[in-house]
Formats: sequence, structure tokens, C-alpha cells
Amino acid sequence: MARSDVQLMLDVKAGDDVSFELLLHKYRTPLVNFLCRMVKDQAAAEDLAQEVFFRVYRARKEYSPSAKFTTWLFRIATNLALNAIRDGRYRQMQISIDAPGDEDGPAFQLPAREARADDRLIERERNRMIRGAILTLPEKQRAAVVLHKYHDMDYAEIGKILGCSESALKSLLFRAYETLRVQLALLVARPATQAAGEGKRHEL
Amino acid sequence: MSCEKISNALIAYLDGRASSDERGVVEAHLKLCAACQERADEFRRLWQVMAEVPAVEPSLGFDARLRQRIAAPPRPKFWAGMLPAPRFAFSVALLVALSVWVGGRQPRSVNPQIATANSEEQFRMIKDLGVLENYDVLSNFDALSDLPASTQPQQSSQPGNDPDSGSGG
Repeated sequence: MARSDVQLMLDVKAGDDVSFELLLHKYRTPLVNFLCRMVKDQAAAEDLAQEVFFRVYRARKEYSPSAKFTTWLFRIATNLALNAIRDGRYRQMQISIDAPGDEDGPAFQLPAREARADDRLIERERNRMIRGAILTLPEKQRAAVVLHKYHDMDYAEIGKILGCSESALKSLLFRAYETLRVQLALLVARPATQAAGEGKRHEL
Repeated sequence: MSCEKISNALIAYLDGRASSDERGVVEAHLKLCAACQERADEFRRLWQVMAEVPAVEPSLGFDARLRQRIAAPPRPKFWAGMLPAPRFAFSVALLVALSVWVGGRQPRSVNPQIATANSEEQFRMIKDLGVLENYDVLSNFDALSDLPASTQPQQSSQPGNDPDSGSGG
């Protein structure tokens, strides 16, 4: 029977380093992705993820399962990311969605496939716009959106990670998605022809 | 319910986490409000668009780097080099404590008579400070010192020099 994350962490506390390897294997990709969406640059995100796992390991003796393991893990990651952003260590991530993208960067390269070159370019441009729009959100809104949309966490857990109530979180999320809806209007707005067609149907 | 009040429940309604009561309230509002219905549709499309962004994979050396960092001896604190041994630290602390104690006792070892004389002298100086610092007074003192000795008969009140005192005696 698979051990829960809390049990794995308790085993790490008891001196079992193999359990730490299991936790690392399970959470390194989600954590790097979360931090990547927070600070854009994959190298910076990996540095922060390393710091998160290092802190988890260093604090293993004091670990007490008062919350879900993911809540603890992502709270450490969020605090580190917010501090790094506020310190200005990753100021280069404050990009405009109108700025030229880093198409040659290794982080966001699309997997190789037999698609037409222009399709790949369009897809890459869409991804760049979406990432850029998320990165222009205020840090706390950005963290809330990433945890909600990409990590499928419930409101209680995100609230604990960000240190806010559920109602405050819902308001935060609404404002963030509203900003993204406006920023990405080109991608999310209904085509004019479709809207006009529906309007005519309503009139009939 | 107003559009503003519905906004907080809208996200929970769209992601399927709203309670049945909330869902009912939001659905009733969306049937009546075209703007909120439009917004809800755009939020759904926004989430579809956001899902297009692919995930990234950590670099190959990620685990190895972490293991290396964990295995490395902890970095010494910046002041650790200043205290190479507990005995040395204790000696320094003792020396500092002794210096403070000796320094604190020093003024009490002064002879009380000398201390009293010094304080009296200081008191006199402070008392006369107004006079000593008064330029006019000092100038007048100089002028008086240059004057020749007085030749005027002394109008003393001594009984032997008073002319009238003899007739009375």
C-alpha cells in the first residue's frame, strides 16, 4: 500500500532518505512548473525549487503533520517566490505581452512534432501571450491563479498557502481572471461573426 | 442578486466547487444578465486557452544538484571564525566582564577629601561664572588696576579717625 505524503515525510524525519527521494520524485515537476509560472525563467525557478527541497530536508527533524504535505511544500515555495520577486532578483520577468518572446529559450520549447512551421509559430506565440499575461498579474493574484488553474487545488488549501480567507481568495481569483480575460481578449473573445450570427438567431 | 455580488461566486460556479445554493443563485442571475453570461463564457474559454500552455520538465541534473547540496557540510556562520573554541570565547567574555567591573569601580577609589575640595572649587567657579565671563567687568578691573594709588582722605568709619569723635570723648 502506498504511503501518504505525510507518512513519507514522517519517515524522512525518522532518518529514511529513500522517502525523501520519493517525495522529490513526486513533486519536483509540479514545483518547478509552479515556480516557472511565478518567475518565468526556468533556471531561476529550478534554483528556487532546489531551495524549497533543501529547506524541507533541513527542517525534517521539526516536521509535524499539522497540514497537508502539499500545503506545507507550496507555502514554502510561494513565500520564497514572493520574496524573490519583491527583492527584485527576478525583475526580468516583468515582461509585457507585447514584448518579443524568447522563442529560443529551452524552457518553453514545444515538443517536436510534424506540424507545419506556421502552426508551430502561432502556437508558440499564443503560449507566449498567455504566459506573459499571467506574469503581469500582481504576485499574490499570480500565485492564486497558478495554484487554482494549473495545480487544481481547492480554495481551503490555496487560502492556507497564501494566508487569506476563502472569500478573500475568491475575490482575488475573480479579479485575476478578469484581468486575464481583458489582457487575452484576442484569444478568448468570441469571433464577431459568431456573435453576430447568434444575435440574428435571437432576433428571429 | 447584483452583478458585483455574483462575481465572487462565479469562479466557484464555473470550476464546479460551488454549493448547490450558490449554483442556483448564479444560474438564476446568468439567465437574466447577458453581461455576466458573456463573462462566464469568456472565463470558460480563458481556462481552455490557459490549459494550452505546456508544462516544463526539470533539467536532468536537478536531483544530482540537490543531493550534492544536501551532502555538502553546512556553511559556517559568519561569526563562527571569531570564536574558534569555547574556552577562548569564555576567556574573552570574562575579560570583558572584568574590564567593566574595574572601570565601574574606579571613581569610587578617589580620596573623599580631594573630591570634596574639587567639588567646592567647581562650585565657586560656577557661581562666579557670570562675573568671569562678563567683558565689561573684566575691562573695568583692568582700568582700576592701572589707576594711581588713592590720595583722598579715607572716610572711614573707624572711631579713631573721626574728628568729631574726640570732642565727644
